[in-house]
Amino acid sequence: MDKVVRLVSERGVVLFSKSTCCLCYAVKILFQELGVTPTVHEIDQDPEGRELERALMRLGCKAPVPAVFIGGKLVGSTNEVMSLHLSGGLIPLLKPYQALC
Amino acid sequence: MDFPSTQFVSSQTMATYEPIHQIGMWGENFKSISNPNISASVIVDVVNKLENESETTSHEMLASSSKHDQEASKPFDKIQRRLAQNREAARKSRLRKKAYVQQLENSRLKLIQLEQELERSRQQGLYVGGGLDTGHLGISGAVNSGIAAFELGYERWMEERNKQICELRSALNAQISDIELRILVESGMSHYFELFRMKSSVAKADVFYVMSGKWKTSAERFFSWIGGFRPSELLKVLVPQIDPLTDQQILDVCNLKQSCQQAEDALSQGMEKLRETVSATLASDQMGQGIYVPQVAMAMEKLEALVRFVNQADHLRQQTLQQMSYILTTRQAARGLLALGEYIQRLQALSTLWANHPRKPA
Repeated sequence: MDKVVRLVSERGVVLFSKSTCCLCYAVKILFQELGVTPTVHEIDQDPEGRELERALMRLGCKAPVPAVFIGGKLVGSTNEVMSLHLSGGLIPLLKPYQALC
Repeated sequence: MDFPSTQFVSSQTMATYEPIHQIGMWGENFKSISNPNISASVIVDVVNKLENESETTSHEMLASSSKHDQEASKPFDKIQRRLAQNREAARKSRLRKKAYVQQLENSRLKLIQLEQELERSRQQGLYVGGGLDTGHLGISGAVNSGIAAFELGYERWMEERNKQICELRSALNAQISDIELRILVESGMSHYFELFRMKSSVAKADVFYVMSGKWKTSAERFFSWIGGFRPSELLKVLVPQIDPLTDQQILDVCNLKQSCQQAEDALSQGMEKLRETVSATLASDQMGQGIYVPQVAMAMEKLEALVRFVNQADHLRQQTLQQMSYILTTRQAARGLLALGEYIQRLQALSTLWANHPRKPA
């Protein structure tokens, strides 16, 4: 859990993913379209991956990945990200981290 | 699976040569399995080698112990020898267990291959009694009953939806109060959410069924995207029907259209990645060997993600409807639901017409 907390407080937009997870890939694409480059942690390539998985599940995620954190706070999995985006709430959260192009 | 456990015989109770009994048990196990793939002679060779090895070891130990003072170390000697023999027997037992398990694994893989061949011939119509046959492994029985339940539920759902469309039409023409109209809108919305719940349930049983859209008419299937209608398509159909919109509403709808499209694109690309992954897994390793079970097993794992995608797509549909209901007034929402229902009815009419129209001669 400590590692999760440490990792999410480092950068603005953090995505916990697995390199084999295609739904995580979809979330990465969405962020790309919104002009955001999240810090991605592929937990299947992390030696402490199992611990991270358990910590993420304990935080309330039904599936450990994808898990999105913005500004240190858990936004949720794909469901929550999509709902937030459709309701117009995602972009304001991402504004400070959007690439200036 | 129960294996005879390796017994370390205590030196006190050692009267008979127990390890031989254990060897016998493993031998019997081999006899009871008729597997043409592992020849019994190979197993016997391994056994003989092991027995020869342990005898050599015992002899060596006997030889070394005879160098010691015979009188004083005799009982100690015996105990040491027995312990050594036990260790040998246990080692042999473990090796046999390993060979046995390996044999079982091979049989299992062979069984999977045979089941696949059976399924293939079944699909080619060579096997009599398919469909709702619950005998074949029991799994397809459960899947079929899940699908049958869904199809029945969907029929009822369509009847209810058509009824709601009529009610909406007459309600809008009759100019009923907003409060009464709100009730109709709410029930229309929850009716759609009910469908998503039903789909989620049958997706767990057979996700390919949901992806195929078999329960829908052909024209509806033509527009299908991950097991249902495209959310952006929904907005394209709805918006022209609910004019006039306020400036704020126009802005909100515009934003919703954009975020909907972005979410859709992301899921579409994720699906494409999934197809690539499954395809690459199936094609991995050498082709033309006739052995493909490991690749298929790996592809199965990857395909599990499809259920999540279908659920995600339905979630997107639900959210799109939900957000529209927040942006629109009650009257506009009622008109929107009516427009959506009628659009689908037109698609269904198109399917029927197409199925019945005279074909041009080839």
